[in-house]
Amino acid sequence: MSEVLERVRKIVIDHLDADPDKVTEKASFIDDLEADSLDIVELVMAFEEEFDIEIPDDSAEHILTVGDAVSYIDGKLKS
Amino acid sequence: MVRRVVITGLGLVSPLGNGVEISWKRLLEGKSGAGPITAFDTTDYACTVACEVPSVDGRGGGGPDIEGSFDPSLVLSNKERRKVDDFILYAIAAADEALKDANWHPETEEDQERTGTMIGSGIGGLGIIASTALELHEKGPKRISPFFIPSSLINLASGQVSIRHGLKGPNHSVVTACATGAHAIGDAARLIIYGDADVMVAGGAESAIVPVGIAGFIACRALCTSFNDAPEKASRPYDKDRDGFVMGEGAGIVVLEEYEHAKARGAKIYAEILGYGLTGDAYHITAPSETGDGGYRAMVMAAKNGNIDPTTIDYVNSHGTSTMADGIELKAIEKFLGARAATGTVSSTKSAIGHLLGGAGAVEAIFCALAIRDQIAPPTINLDNPDVDTPIDLVPNKAKPMKIKTVLSNSFGFGGTNAALIMGAVEG
Repeated sequence: MSEVLERVRKIVIDHLDADPDKVTEKASFIDDLEADSLDIVELVMAFEEEFDIEIPDDSAEHILTVGDAVSYIDGKLKS
Repeated sequence: MVRRVVITGLGLVSPLGNGVEISWKRLLEGKSGAGPITAFDTTDYACTVACEVPSVDGRGGGGPDIEGSFDPSLVLSNKERRKVDDFILYAIAAADEALKDANWHPETEEDQERTGTMIGSGIGGLGIIASTALELHEKGPKRISPFFIPSSLINLASGQVSIRHGLKGPNHSVVTACATGAHAIGDAARLIIYGDADVMVAGGAESAIVPVGIAGFIACRALCTSFNDAPEKASRPYDKDRDGFVMGEGAGIVVLEEYEHAKARGAKIYAEILGYGLTGDAYHITAPSETGDGGYRAMVMAAKNGNIDPTTIDYVNSHGTSTMADGIELKAIEKFLGARAATGTVSSTKSAIGHLLGGAGAVEAIFCALAIRDQIAPPTINLDNPDVDTPIDLVPNKAKPMKIKTVLSNSFGFGGTNAALIMGAVEG
């Protein structure tokens, strides 16, 4: 498991009070983890803080699953 | 025919404990809910005492093994808890208890649409507003939580309770400083009388024991500052050594119900809302008028619209905040009770629980309902040397068993706002 995935999972579990077993790469924040649109705004802010990056709103709109977040963050960290 | 409104459920989170029965028991025993402030470091604060809700995390003298301690995790998950200020948390807990007590859990569309919410607060999410302002200052606008606004808005207490219990009737709120709780109950009763709802979850909540709240009330010279070494003695309405109120926190919620609706489902009935009066002083932003005229007119209005003879009022739960205004209110009560003043009974339960600001009127209405149920007037504790000249029995230090059929509860707020509620026993 990548380091980014681990850190993303930890944030998601903390913020959504989610069952760790359900927080897989495929898990959708809204459909699988009971998040609403405001929860996602908060999650994105937490990712920004954790990885010291900026995630513009139009990119954030496409982050729907744990895996989406990991690949977006991976891309940002490499660029 | 005029619709009648009765109280069928009670819920309380108070500085005397979490829940109606434990708070009431400790109140009758003459216990004080005051202590040194544990919520934050009070170095440099002129007032260091408050009536905090005892909690399992140690706040307010509570603890995991201490009976009556409030446990937030039994109310909301960690995830949901971050989305509400404590005043909303307390309101949700008290509303849960009140609805359970009333055994009212609307499931049909019709029952849900006929049940509403009217929960107010004096100040709302003051703590979160203050901490978010600091965050804005330190980190800039992009770091503000998306839950900041919904966690601090006053009407979100009503909103959260309505969502949690599926209540689709009127979803309303009241903000009238320290008269909020009484206005919420009075206004909610009117919605039922007018036919907009059959059941209303009504009351008030507050959580202003935060640095900016305490500092703010110190600045307007409202808080007690001479009992920092003896917190349990600090709130002492009518006593010659009183020098300001003691801040309380928590929530009081009642289930109000149209009388025939309650009767038809065999609900337990605590009391009937008989009269409601509301007036303005048009005098000063924080002080009551020297004659107590606004409070007096609220009492008269409540008696008039309930068609009640003031001399039949057995017990008065006064606003009595432990400030110089106590004497002004007492004179107004004497004038209102008329011939009954000579044998009148008045107490201030703020002596034990402090001043819950927006929660006060609702908590005190609950104590009034219980006074009717148990035929006992709760005491005014710390009343050692009364400095008011009155024939009225102020119930010093010891609860007073007595015949109680009709009660009055007064609540007055900054801005010169006054509310009076008259409640009575329901026969049979």
